Amino acid sequence: MSHRPITEDDLHAYVDRALEPERQAEVANYLSEHPDVAKRIAAFSGQRDLLRAALAPIAEEPLPPELNLSRIIENRTQRPSVVRWAMAAMLLLSIGGLGGWAMRGALQTQPGGLAALAQEASVSYSVYAPDHVRPVEVRASETGQLVQWVSDRLHRPVKVPDLSTSGYRLMGGRLVPTEHGPAAMFMYDDDHGSRIVVLTRPMSSADQNAPMTPQAQGDVKGFAWADNGLGYSLVGQAAPESLRPIANEVRRQARPL
Amino acid sequence: MKDMLLQVEPLIPALRRHARALVRNRANADDLVQDCLERAVSRWYQRRDGNVRAWLFTILHNLAINQFRQSATRGRHVPIDETNEDDFGEAAVQEQKLMYQDVMNKLARLPEDQRAVLLLVAVEDLSYADAAKVLNIPLGTVMSRLSRARERLQQEIDGIANKESINVVSLRSGK
Repeated sequence: MSHRPITEDDLHAYVDRALEPERQAEVANYLSEHPDVAKRIAAFSGQRDLLRAALAPIAEEPLPPELNLSRIIENRTQRPSVVRWAMAAMLLLSIGGLGGWAMRGALQTQPGGLAALAQEASVSYSVYAPDHVRPVEVRASETGQLVQWVSDRLHRPVKVPDLSTSGYRLMGGRLVPTEHGPAAMFMYDDDHGSRIVVLTRPMSSADQNAPMTPQAQGDVKGFAWADNGLGYSLVGQAAPESLRPIANEVRRQARPL
Repeated sequence: MKDMLLQVEPLIPALRRHARALVRNRANADDLVQDCLERAVSRWYQRRDGNVRAWLFTILHNLAINQFRQSATRGRHVPIDETNEDDFGEAAVQEQKLMYQDVMNKLARLPEDQRAVLLLVAVEDLSYADAAKVLNIPLGTVMSRLSRARERLQQEIDGIANKESINVVSLRSGK
């Protein structure tokens, strides 16, 4: 049987009981033949025991009230939700108002198509992006299911844009209601936790194709466009300059080859 | 949120222990853990990795570093001798208590980065790979810091022991 030489790392892993049983035995054997090393390693084991014993009582103490996790969760999820609903309600009201006002002018389709889409994306963003509990209904790990679901409901194949090259990872998505029927919402986040929303739905016959235009609702900003009957809006709270290349990427990926 | 409660709550005592070992002062340590839990709640769904334990220790560690930096610039660091004796293990008996306090004082003399590795590995039972993840350093650096931490702590322990018997330790305690 060949013996791999004992390394300093092995000695520490021996102290930390992190070795495979076989290697553990080899190190033990080595130590029995090298009393000077064994003495050092025994001292390290002694340190470990002493530190664990010294710190153990802290973990036994009853938790103070401010570390009550249920309460922290409650505080976190309840207070902001009031604000969130108020914001969503205001946005919905403004959509209603705007929609009604637009209707008064021209009863037919109008260039408001993209603006309406962007507004729907902003409402979805305002409601779901700050959500700590369930920002998405179907998580990224079940992308297949998500695609199937929204494609069925939108009656056309929907692709989930991959924005990893822009630093945004898919969190997941859901179906959201709009005045123009169901829309698919996809949510992404980056390493800093900032989120963006991509909303897509079929457009009315007048807006089958529309160039990319900047859109803003308060501090939720983004872009909207339409290609081949499908409208897209990408919104977030990042600077529009940083969102534009991402919107371009979504558009590029969504176009049929 | 239910699964968060189930997965995070059992780890709170270990987070407290680690925080206390890092910053020593009970109130500061618990503040740190509270911040950590609040962040964990708000980022629960952004977590990519299934390893909740390493994830929580990462958050705690990043907060601790910020606190160290702040207290370093503000000069509001609590000197170890001023910490309340009560900050350590109230359940332990007196003699043990002194011994425990002694080892904690010696541990506190290690550089912060060595101390963190030693605590994560030897007390919190994190794997070397998880410790590397928590501290955002390569595995090799974990091993070298662990080795230096142990040597250094042993020098502290031996140093004091030798000083009491003979007076030939200035060479060792110097480094």
